[in-house]
Amino acid sequence: MAPTRKRRRSPIGLAFIAPFGALFALVFIVPILYAAYLSLFQDKLVGGNTFVGFANYVKLVQDPQFWDGVGRVFWFTLVQVPIMLVLAMALALALDSMRLHGARFLRVTIFLPYAVPAIVSTLMWGFLLGVKYGLFGSLNRALGTDLDPFAPGTTLISIGVMVTWAFTGFNMLIFYAALKAVPRELYEAAAIDGAGEFQIVRSIKLPALRGSLVVTIIFSIIGTFQMFNEPQILPSMVANSGVTTFYTPNLYAYNLAFTGSQQGYAAALALVMAAITIAVAYAVQIRGLRNAPDQ
Amino acid sequence: MHPTSSRRLSTVENPRKSTTLTVMTGLFTLYCLLPLGWLVINATKSQGDFVSTFGLAPGREFALWDNIVQVFTYQDGIFSRWLLNTVLYVVVGATVSTFLAALGGYALAKLDFRGKRTFLLVVLGSISVPGIALAIPQFLLFAHLGMTNTPWAVLIPSFINPFGLYLMWVFTAEAVPSGLLEAAKIDGAGEFRTFLQIALPLLAPAGVTVLLFSFVSIWNNYFLPLIMLKDPAWYPLTVGINQWNKLGSTAGNGALIQNLVITSALLTIVPLIIAFLGLQRYWQSGLSLGAVKG
Repeated sequence: MAPTRKRRRSPIGLAFIAPFGALFALVFIVPILYAAYLSLFQDKLVGGNTFVGFANYVKLVQDPQFWDGVGRVFWFTLVQVPIMLVLAMALALALDSMRLHGARFLRVTIFLPYAVPAIVSTLMWGFLLGVKYGLFGSLNRALGTDLDPFAPGTTLISIGVMVTWAFTGFNMLIFYAALKAVPRELYEAAAIDGAGEFQIVRSIKLPALRGSLVVTIIFSIIGTFQMFNEPQILPSMVANSGVTTFYTPNLYAYNLAFTGSQQGYAAALALVMAAITIAVAYAVQIRGLRNAPDQ
Repeated sequence: MHPTSSRRLSTVENPRKSTTLTVMTGLFTLYCLLPLGWLVINATKSQGDFVSTFGLAPGREFALWDNIVQVFTYQDGIFSRWLLNTVLYVVVGATVSTFLAALGGYALAKLDFRGKRTFLLVVLGSISVPGIALAIPQFLLFAHLGMTNTPWAVLIPSFINPFGLYLMWVFTAEAVPSGLLEAAKIDGAGEFRTFLQIALPLLAPAGVTVLLFSFVSIWNNYFLPLIMLKDPAWYPLTVGINQWNKLGSTAGNGALIQNLVITSALLTIVPLIIAFLGLQRYWQSGLSLGAVKG
């Protein structure tokens, strides 16, 4: 796996890695250890910060608000990620087919939303789908309808529309890059053997996308499990959107730590979410590799 | 088109263009462009027109310039301060993180040292740790160290880019010939000079990719500065804009500055779009490399 050749060992390598290593420890390792330590304490009204052992974890496992958020991001992932990745794959195949007019323009345009900060994207979609000042409001008034994309029952779908908008292009580009790496002689050979376009897609192009599919699934899962920006920003734009303070686990952790000042509990939540995410990511990776053809 | 010529043109290398496929893909680009188009149109409206005219139609007066002036003068011109903060975070953060990734990636690909496997395992494993799960412990630690509410709280976490390190490692292994490094060392160059003068120029394509994606992730970062900074004077654009957004919607004085929110949002994305369009040749090739190996 490691593209390295056996070479003489020298301490100079350590010197090269030291700056990254030291900062990595400060930014990743120490915070995680510190969180693990903090998660064993509770800020009590009487007695201040008290050691409570695993009480925070026990409380978390029984906390319906936590599971409400976990369930929401699970469902969201289950629906949004496949839609987004199938779209991204279809778009990458369309671009790679070289049958599009203006392919360069289309490729760049589809990628463009990735460059837009989540705060700006939420603002734009908030105004587009909003009924007070938004485009949907204008349409409702013009048509005499009463549709509200940010009603509590549909807010999650609207967030799905925003997230799909922001990340389809990025995933499309990863698939596209993988397709570009396929030697083109392979297509020539297949065509000479009488393979049609759909056969080439099915037996050459789709298998070539397998590795990138595993990577994009993992990144998407990590992304949706930590969903925060959209539900945090939306309530300041839309009244009665049904977004609660525990809408997603990360929003809950944020509110616990910064408005409820339950830092030990928030630390426990962050660690449990990290563990769940890593477990799911590894499960996907192992499944993805088990069915892979020989490299 | 003449039938025979069209048949000759339509090869695997150069197939016939399909209008149906173009239209289908074009429909998706409409979805991509609609919000951006909305943003551009509404940045040209006055607050009054924004509230009263149809979202996708131009306003009665063309107020883009007025809006820009207002964005830069509102609240004693704090927008310029946010812009400068963002530039500081992005320039320092992206440069340092790219250099550290190159240094580390080079060491992983070309130098041998004790603990390399462990280092790789831990760093690559960290890619799957969600950023926000990490940000809360980071905040607690930085608060403990007295670094919150200073630029360091935003800068230091941005210095570490594990995915950039991975990309640099793969790229160095592919694009930097070991023989060339040996030759430089035989000529008496030290390890660090060999890295700077021989390897670094060869790493430029991957460097641009890592730099650009660091640039975007720092420019767009909202959560980390939101929790790390209390003083608006240190806010980056993202946190600042949302503060204006909230200001406009709090009960009572609401809806007064939506034109500023929209115009500042437009001003925030323009530099990124220019960077992506201008550098697309470089980052797309760098990204393909990551995709092939990934």
